[in-house]
Amino acid sequence: MTAELVRGQNHTLPQTRLEIRVSAGTPVVAGATLGDERGTVRGVEWIAHPGSPQLPGLEVSQQAAADHRLAVDLEALPAGAHRVTVLLALPVGAGGPVRFGAVPAPFVAVTGLDGTEIATFTLTDLDAESAVSALELYRRQDAWKVRAVGQGYAGGLAEMLADQGVTDPAALAGSIQEAVTRGLARSVAPPPRTPEADRVRHATGSADHRPAAPPPAPEPPEPLADPATTGPAHTTQPHTAQPHTAPGPAAAGASAAGPSTGGPINYAHPRRQHAAPPSPPPAAPPAQPGQPAQPVAGDATGWSMDERLYNQIWGMFEDLARAVAAYRSAVDFAESRMDQELDRALSDPRNRIGGAGDRSREAARAKRDELASRAREALDRDLAQLAAEAAVVEPALPAAYAGWGNPVWHAHRIPMEIPMALRIGDLHLPERTDLRIPLLVRLPLERGMWVDSGRAASEAAALMDTDRLRRLAMETAVAHAARLLAVYPPGEFAVHVIDPAGSAAGPLAPLVEAGVLAGPPAAGPGGVASVLAHLTRRVDLVQMAVRARAADSLPPDLDTGEQLLVVNDFPHGFDDRAVTQLRYLADEGPAVGVHLLMVADREEASAYGPVLDPLWRSLLRITPVADSHLADPWVGHAWTYEPLTIPPGSRVLEQVLAAVAAARRAAGR
Amino acid sequence: MTVNMTKGQAINLQKSDGGTLTAVRMGLGWQAAPRRGLFGSRTREVDLDASAVLFADKQPVDVVFFRHLVSDDGSVKHTGDNLVGGAGSGGDDEAILVDLQRVPVHIDQIVFTVNSFTGQTFQEVQNAFCRIVDETNGQELARYTLDGGGQYTAQIMAKVHRAGTGWKMTALGNPANGRTFQDLMPSILPHL
Repeated sequence: MTAELVRGQNHTLPQTRLEIRVSAGTPVVAGATLGDERGTVRGVEWIAHPGSPQLPGLEVSQQAAADHRLAVDLEALPAGAHRVTVLLALPVGAGGPVRFGAVPAPFVAVTGLDGTEIATFTLTDLDAESAVSALELYRRQDAWKVRAVGQGYAGGLAEMLADQGVTDPAALAGSIQEAVTRGLARSVAPPPRTPEADRVRHATGSADHRPAAPPPAPEPPEPLADPATTGPAHTTQPHTAQPHTAPGPAAAGASAAGPSTGGPINYAHPRRQHAAPPSPPPAAPPAQPGQPAQPVAGDATGWSMDERLYNQIWGMFEDLARAVAAYRSAVDFAESRMDQELDRALSDPRNRIGGAGDRSREAARAKRDELASRAREALDRDLAQLAAEAAVVEPALPAAYAGWGNPVWHAHRIPMEIPMALRIGDLHLPERTDLRIPLLVRLPLERGMWVDSGRAASEAAALMDTDRLRRLAMETAVAHAARLLAVYPPGEFAVHVIDPAGSAAGPLAPLVEAGVLAGPPAAGPGGVASVLAHLTRRVDLVQMAVRARAADSLPPDLDTGEQLLVVNDFPHGFDDRAVTQLRYLADEGPAVGVHLLMVADREEASAYGPVLDPLWRSLLRITPVADSHLADPWVGHAWTYEPLTIPPGSRVLEQVLAAVAAARRAAGR
Repeated sequence: MTVNMTKGQAINLQKSDGGTLTAVRMGLGWQAAPRRGLFGSRTREVDLDASAVLFADKQPVDVVFFRHLVSDDGSVKHTGDNLVGGAGSGGDDEAILVDLQRVPVHIDQIVFTVNSFTGQTFQEVQNAFCRIVDETNGQELARYTLDGGGQYTAQIMAKVHRAGTGWKMTALGNPANGRTFQDLMPSILPHL
């Protein structure tokens, strides 16, 4: 258990052999001083620094680095040493930053020898200081403790050493810096920030997003949300490689934080902020002049990566719809203008003699071709940009947004909360069929789904024989049910199946064998009636409880999780009463978490007449084969929907369902 | 610097540094009618509407107005209908944003109009203006003062049109009458 310390907080150390990890994102000098029971440093032999890195029980690094490991053995310290102070300082004269306000907040962790963190401390709110006393290990009644100090010194190393009672601090500071300069000449650029350190810095709030910048002259304040400030934090380049990024926000953040020397101490825990701002989205790196910016996954607004990817996908969807609308409108216009001009040329009597008519027809065609080719050029530019974006977004998607072929499904773990949305297919337009937009539906589902097994549904379906299409439709439905099961927390999603004639035993086998169904597939009119009655009762009771605001008076045997009813072979095995119940479930179910997944051919239910039309309309129609039947909400193009296919030979469905069953067992449900 | 354009005056939408304009905004602002009496909601509100009509070779292809806020291609966006006006302090109450780089290739003219939907003439509206702003730097390119403009309920304000590889703007400032842009079509066509 790691203690996350704030300034002034202390923590008992369970052992005396320790390591102190420092991670600063920019080269810093690490040192340590020993103090006696009154805190005074008895002499230079009690100071470990790069020029003299070893003391009994203490060793520091010989050079400045972005990451340090200091080894400490508290029992081996010289007699009379009661206190170890860990110091950080920025190297002087190397051309790097000269104040901590211009670099990311340093992070210090006290760990055991096996690397387990005992206590951590992020040194936030530093400004003009170039040296800081980070931690203090001290003896209190035969036990050692650590205290987070975070006291900065604008006067640098010399001032800090003077504060510790060192005689001639300036000379010592000079010799330390000289040793560091020698070391720097040998060292290489610091490594990119580790994800661990990144995580720490995200959570410490925007004031710490300070790109490495030289101390600037007076600058105008700028909003901290400026994407320019968040850019460097997310690119993999080392900070020192971008010394001149946006000095304005850096200073604004620094002045807001205030200097810590002499100023009020900030007791706010850097990682426990109420209403903490979300970590900034990954901003696209600056574009090369004359070229569009490189796309980045998650380059959209949102409070979480999930939400950002969701918004980004919808943004791509809209952009594709509109780019294609612009193209089609231009081409249509070119065609209609050519038609008009041809008509005019035809009706002009002067054109009937000689080649004038041919010439004007030629001219009209050339005009059409020229406009169409310019439109195609603009479209190709937009499509290339969207395709590049899709290429980076697709591999970055979480399982719920990803296709079955994405490796993320092989490492899928059943989540503890439901994701924002679920991908149920792909959409594309004929202008570029390989540019696929994931079709995401929000969870919990707002409406049921209908997998159309009718042959009249589409051209691709008409080419298949009925049995194969039905089987494919049921397999699609099973795959959708499996995805829903896999993205819901264990036990919060139940799947019921009605298969009156038992004709879908094959496609249903993965669900049945994994034991993830609420009960065996219901067969025969009796089975249909009992499942429908059970779900109708659940809808009734939950509705009553919601209306009466008496959720706690529901019977204990009632499963309040989301329910999905997969209906195969509708309307076989359904009598009028069952059809009425089904319609009731379709109307009232979604509001209380009961959803339908129908596998049906509308033709077969035509005997019921228009009674069932509202049922079909209330369900989202999807097909087991590619079919252009979905319209986007902006321009209304007909998009071709393709269901998500499981790669041939892949066992991903079985693996995922086994993981669902295992998670349920682990959760005891 | 604001150019108070006169009728028929054309300006080339080139920035001072030579780059062409990439995004313009048409802004429309007016002052709400004063509240009166106990039933304030029965005040005769003033509702002015900004519209943009997209032409390809003198044929209207698309229109952006309060019933159709984004052109199909997404390049022209209306920020939303304002039914009552603002404080009259000079801020835009309705705005139409045009991303000139994304305008489809066949669109060669975009005409901006203002209509009084509630039927008051510009004489009765306080502090009404419309303007064209370079969206990239907020600089005002053209401005018309509408109030006191006579017994008219509409104004064909300006058009931006393709010229070479860039765009040009011509101030039209032509008064007209009509409730929505449809009524203005006959008056717009001569300006194309």
